[in-house]
Amino acid sequence: MNVVHKQDLKIFIACAVLYAVIQGLICLEIIDPFWELNIVMICINIILAVSLNLINGYTGQFSIGHAGFMAVGAYMGAVVTMMWEYPFALGIVLATVAAGVLGALIGLPTLRLNGDYLCIATLGLGEIIRICILNIEYVGGASGLMGIPRETTFTNVFWIMIVIVFFIKNFKNSAYGRCCLAIRENEIAADTMGINTTKYKVMAFTLGAAFAGTAGCMFSHYFFIAHPASFTFMRSFDVLTMVVLGGLGSMTGSIVGAMLLTFLSAALSDFPEWRMIIYSITMIVLMLYRPQGLFGNEELSKEMFGRLLGKGK
Amino acid sequence: MENLLEQLFQQLINGVSLGSIYALIALGYTMIYGIMKLINFAHGDIYMLGAYFGYWAITGLGLPFLPAIVLAMIGAAAVGIIVERLAYRPMRNAPRIAILITAIGVSFLLEYGMILFVSPQPRTFPPVFEATVYHFGPLVVNSQQIIILIISLLLMGLLTYIVNHTTAGKAMRAVSFDADAAKLMGINIDRTIAMTFAIGSALAAAGGVLVGVYYNSIDPLMGMTPGIKAFVAAVLGGIGIIPGAMLGGIILGVVEALVAGIGLSTFRDAAAFLILIFILLYKPAGLLGKNVSEKV
Amino acid sequence: MAEKLLEVKNVSIVFGGLRAVSDLKMYIDKGELVGLIGPNGAGKTTAFNMITGVYTPTEGEIYFDGEKSSGKKSYQVTQMGMARTFQNIRLFADLSVIDNVKIAYNMHVSYGLGNAILRDKKYLAEEEVITDKAMDLLKIFHLEDLAQEKAKNLPYGQQRRLEIARALATEPKFLLLDEPAAGMNPQETHELMEMIRWIREKFNLTILLIEHDMSLVMGVCERIYVLEYGMLIAQGTPEEIKHNRRVIEAYLGEEVMN
Repeated sequence: MNVVHKQDLKIFIACAVLYAVIQGLICLEIIDPFWELNIVMICINIILAVSLNLINGYTGQFSIGHAGFMAVGAYMGAVVTMMWEYPFALGIVLATVAAGVLGALIGLPTLRLNGDYLCIATLGLGEIIRICILNIEYVGGASGLMGIPRETTFTNVFWIMIVIVFFIKNFKNSAYGRCCLAIRENEIAADTMGINTTKYKVMAFTLGAAFAGTAGCMFSHYFFIAHPASFTFMRSFDVLTMVVLGGLGSMTGSIVGAMLLTFLSAALSDFPEWRMIIYSITMIVLMLYRPQGLFGNEELSKEMFGRLLGKGK
Repeated sequence: MENLLEQLFQQLINGVSLGSIYALIALGYTMIYGIMKLINFAHGDIYMLGAYFGYWAITGLGLPFLPAIVLAMIGAAAVGIIVERLAYRPMRNAPRIAILITAIGVSFLLEYGMILFVSPQPRTFPPVFEATVYHFGPLVVNSQQIIILIISLLLMGLLTYIVNHTTAGKAMRAVSFDADAAKLMGINIDRTIAMTFAIGSALAAAGGVLVGVYYNSIDPLMGMTPGIKAFVAAVLGGIGIIPGAMLGGIILGVVEALVAGIGLSTFRDAAAFLILIFILLYKPAGLLGKNVSEKV
Repeated sequence: MAEKLLEVKNVSIVFGGLRAVSDLKMYIDKGELVGLIGPNGAGKTTAFNMITGVYTPTEGEIYFDGEKSSGKKSYQVTQMGMARTFQNIRLFADLSVIDNVKIAYNMHVSYGLGNAILRDKKYLAEEEVITDKAMDLLKIFHLEDLAQEKAKNLPYGQQRRLEIARALATEPKFLLLDEPAAGMNPQETHELMEMIRWIREKFNLTILLIEHDMSLVMGVCERIYVLEYGMLIAQGTPEEIKHNRRVIEAYLGEEVMN
């Protein structure tokens, strides 16, 4: 068997073990419902963070409209399962497709903008999506869509997360991913390497948006409700913070960032009035001491452990 | 037909007064962006603090309106300088995205710090003027709108004077044009940036007090949406360009008033963003901005 | 008669009232090694940018390999078989040396997104070929030991070589080098000269070279075009250019007089 597959297999087995352990602890009720909820939330946030990292970290296109795509997925999924009464699996697929299509439609004109202009345009588009949903009576308008069946379980959200993580990892390690990285590094040089920069930017944006839609669908089918207030730009900021904290351009960084912030937020829930204050101070202090994020743009690896230990000596 | 025209003018008046507040906040955004290329997401919260400072000056110290607004501006300027000193200055050489995240962190900190101190409940801003209503033919203008407009215009005039005709203003323009060159010319970068934060924050505070007067109500999260919208206004006009921020603010205010006027008030916030996106696609550097393409 | 690979037909470009290049006419035959010289600000790089599609000429047309190339986008021009380097190096700084080269093979990748995500046989086989090809190129430029190093950590001379390697990885017919010897010492310049000759033979290339270093241009080029103030003032063999009065006055003058 060849080296690449062997490595994938190892990671896969590790994931299966992790899954078995957590699922076992849930069944034995050692993990209580509160932490089970937060573990599901961690999985959802990992999906959001790695998909945003694909756009911001790998392709270097500064997008902060992720909450909008998440909203589309959340509502689309709910409409499919609740109103049309189709199975959840179809809900997930259609939620993903709907968010992806919208991502492509939005990305095509706006990805011509760069830097801060793209940033504010995507922020605006995220809000426009939300406000439009808010005005659609069919999906509950301002009071949200209630009574969505709880279809999301730890099992399905965990494995969907693994599939998405592998998808993005393999994408990055292919010629497609290399073209995206080239655009991030130097758009003009990428262009002269024969890379159709618009095509790859839109591709990354579409994939990122689609997976945000998946995350949205899992979200609304866990909390019984899809509400416009869940998808404001604050949520986009949250996801962006996870990505940057872990290290922009590092997939393992995004995963650790999502785990860390979700965990922090959950752990502080006993002190509601101090929660956001400690959360924000942590954000500021982490950025002060590690502006490149926890892992920089590198992946967590054995070598990195070696280097960290080496530094420690 | 005549009725429609009246409606239009009425909404124009409302829009301009709201827009001039956006413009005040947008000015700070644009100046800070111009000088350190930072989207200071905490700027909207400085505006909120300004409103609270004004509120305390009026209710606590019993000051009349004008001294209260000056005190609020001074207080906000101090907060602006402290935030810059503690959070942004140590990160001046960090990647821009890291400073942006810091700005988001500062924004949360100010919002939730205020919730902790003053509770999330909205407060009623004391009525500082008798709300006189003036009729110009069929059009209605109230005294608050007039005062908002006068104060905004005065402050914008003052800012334009400072930026164009004083040494400090010259230093600010120099640093925003080329920080390294300005440093070599002996300009104290730290002091200039602090000055920019002070002025920008003071303007936002004035905006905060005026909004308090206009809507009679303030709360710790009042800065979130206007903060984002003021940034939209700044980008609309061409970020980093002072007249652009004024223009962008006014346009945004008028558009929102018109959208609300035709009965689509739930779409008001979407309209602001929609215009922004159309303008960016048509003129990527904003209305007054110059397109600079990278030299190959 | 030799076949023309590139034909620039009366091309001009105007930037806000300034005519940066005016009525430029040039051609390059297949297999030729041609130099483009001229004083600073003469419009050499602008001419390069028009040929490679970075700028679209205001007037005139450019034909490459019998097909019109002006008006096409930069990446499309590259796909026609042109590759270039930059005066101010533009590597993918944060990526490894080998990834810099692998990126340039993107046009020749035939596996689809599905193959890549599933990592099937087609993907693996093709990736292996790409890696081998990239390593071969790095070997030619003596960069194989640095393959995993980040491009930004290379010393200047090696960065220039990597840029040429990367350009070759697009498998071009026509290579444009923008001041490849800038910042090099005489020894390095000499080596570069040898290398340019060698890669031309090895990859069967046609080359257009912008250069300041006269010894390089005179030593290696078969034909030379001279630009001044955006206008063509002379063309010919190095020998002819050396004795052209206008060229001496305009450009070589400073060096000859000194």
